[in-house]
Amino acid sequence: MSSYPITIRPFGEDAILIEWPPVVSESILYDILDFSESIRWDFKSHMNWELVPAYCSLTLIDRHNKIDFSKTKFELLECYKNRKTKKPAQRYLWKLPVCYDLEFGIDLEEVSRILDMSIEDVIKAHTHHIYTVYGIGFLPGFMYLGGLPKDLETPRKAVPRLKVNKGSVGLAGKQTGIYPQDSPGGWNIIGNCPISLFNANLENPCFVSVGDQIQFYATNRAEYDLHKIETEVGIYNLDKIKLDA
Amino acid sequence: MLKVIHPGFFTTIQDAGRFGYRDKGVPVCGSMDNYSSSIANSLLENKETDAVMEITMTGPKLEFHTSSFFAITGAEMSPTLNGIPVNSYEVHKAEEGDVLSYGKLINGFRSYLAVKGGFLTEMRLKSRSFYKPITDGNCIKEGMEIPVERHTEYTPKISHMKSEAFHKEHELLVYKGPEYNIFTNDQLKLLFKNKFTIAKENNRMAYQLEELIGAHSYKMLTSATLPGTVQLTPAGKLIILMRDGQTTGGYPRVLQLANKSIAILAQKKFGDKITFHPIKH
Repeated sequence: MSSYPITIRPFGEDAILIEWPPVVSESILYDILDFSESIRWDFKSHMNWELVPAYCSLTLIDRHNKIDFSKTKFELLECYKNRKTKKPAQRYLWKLPVCYDLEFGIDLEEVSRILDMSIEDVIKAHTHHIYTVYGIGFLPGFMYLGGLPKDLETPRKAVPRLKVNKGSVGLAGKQTGIYPQDSPGGWNIIGNCPISLFNANLENPCFVSVGDQIQFYATNRAEYDLHKIETEVGIYNLDKIKLDA
Repeated sequence: MLKVIHPGFFTTIQDAGRFGYRDKGVPVCGSMDNYSSSIANSLLENKETDAVMEITMTGPKLEFHTSSFFAITGAEMSPTLNGIPVNSYEVHKAEEGDVLSYGKLINGFRSYLAVKGGFLTEMRLKSRSFYKPITDGNCIKEGMEIPVERHTEYTPKISHMKSEAFHKEHELLVYKGPEYNIFTNDQLKLLFKNKFTIAKENNRMAYQLEELIGAHSYKMLTSATLPGTVQLTPAGKLIILMRDGQTTGGYPRVLQLANKSIAILAQKKFGDKITFHPIKH
């Protein structure tokens, strides 16, 4: 099992911040998620610990008990050093439909101009690549996706919009992603995904987890409408592929 | 049931918080000044997880459609029951048809109303705390009917508590945040010697401070944030995340408020002054 020089520091009264070298890398992300599994396994008396992974950090939050920092740090380091390869959490590749019609892709023409690519090529590049979920935050169900190809890097809009529609698929800098709800935002909008990424009525409100992968595929307007209805009535079948550990 | 005649400026239902979903981007929510809300719950011998009403700046007008017992804590907003002043930090009985109103804001910014048994609004993701779009609304609306239990008899073990002069405190205790080391000596001097003013931009998500402490160009990868995390923007603005704050962020987390200081800050409004006082783990 790979091992990194990790640091463990207190973060306020209720949390501990565990940090890996500050680079965007799948092997670091998977090490974080494996360690996270080991913590769940080894610290069974701390079932209420919340673990928030993101890029190169894992934040452990204990809202009930005052953390004995030096003792917990020691135990965490032992756990990191001695962990055996356990069965890691299953990861999935989710295939999400996106309608890139100009009605939804309100910045698609501008993006194609900025990138000096035809609209078809922008869509082809955007759907060709597979993105890794490095974090979920900012809004409930908002995924930080890594792996955007260099030729799709687009500057953020100079003036953010006051309202970006739910489901909007955007490009900004090195990132692409989906707005899980109506929200203000400065990303370039190139399409819309009819699948809800967050549903507060479900026990697991967001089917995606950090470490999963996302690939988009283009749908026409009729399929978009169908998937939207299927999502609303709860009969949409998510297209997912199990990833090998 | 409690009927909302007027909702007030911004009135919400909050409990101890929504836990276990931070890795899906769901903010913790819960009472901003959880110190005051827990006093209200304990006067009524409620569970600490029971939901209370959080009343911001100006209070609502509420009609009891069932007999109940209630207590008010936190900011002093001159509450009256059928026009007769009621003391905060005391248990009162309300009969069916009684109207609870609020008057002038005397001190603090957020007042808490607890009823015996708690407010029984819908539970979403294991919490009743209002947060759109997890709950349908952000705040209570005129005409809304809020379910409460009917209670006719209750003899509290403690019928009143002394209110602490909590709103007068203006010193926030802060730990070093994960990116504390990006501070320059000049910034540190400003930070711990100066008073800071609460900006107009203050709400359940975050409190911004008016004074800038100097720009920086530090870049970091997005990482977790907590209620009480103080972020430093590239322009040198300090932003203190509160209970509805985002769960991850990309601005350096320079300080972390002690838990009690989050409650103190929750009672501050636009124009109020605060200072930072460093503490160690």
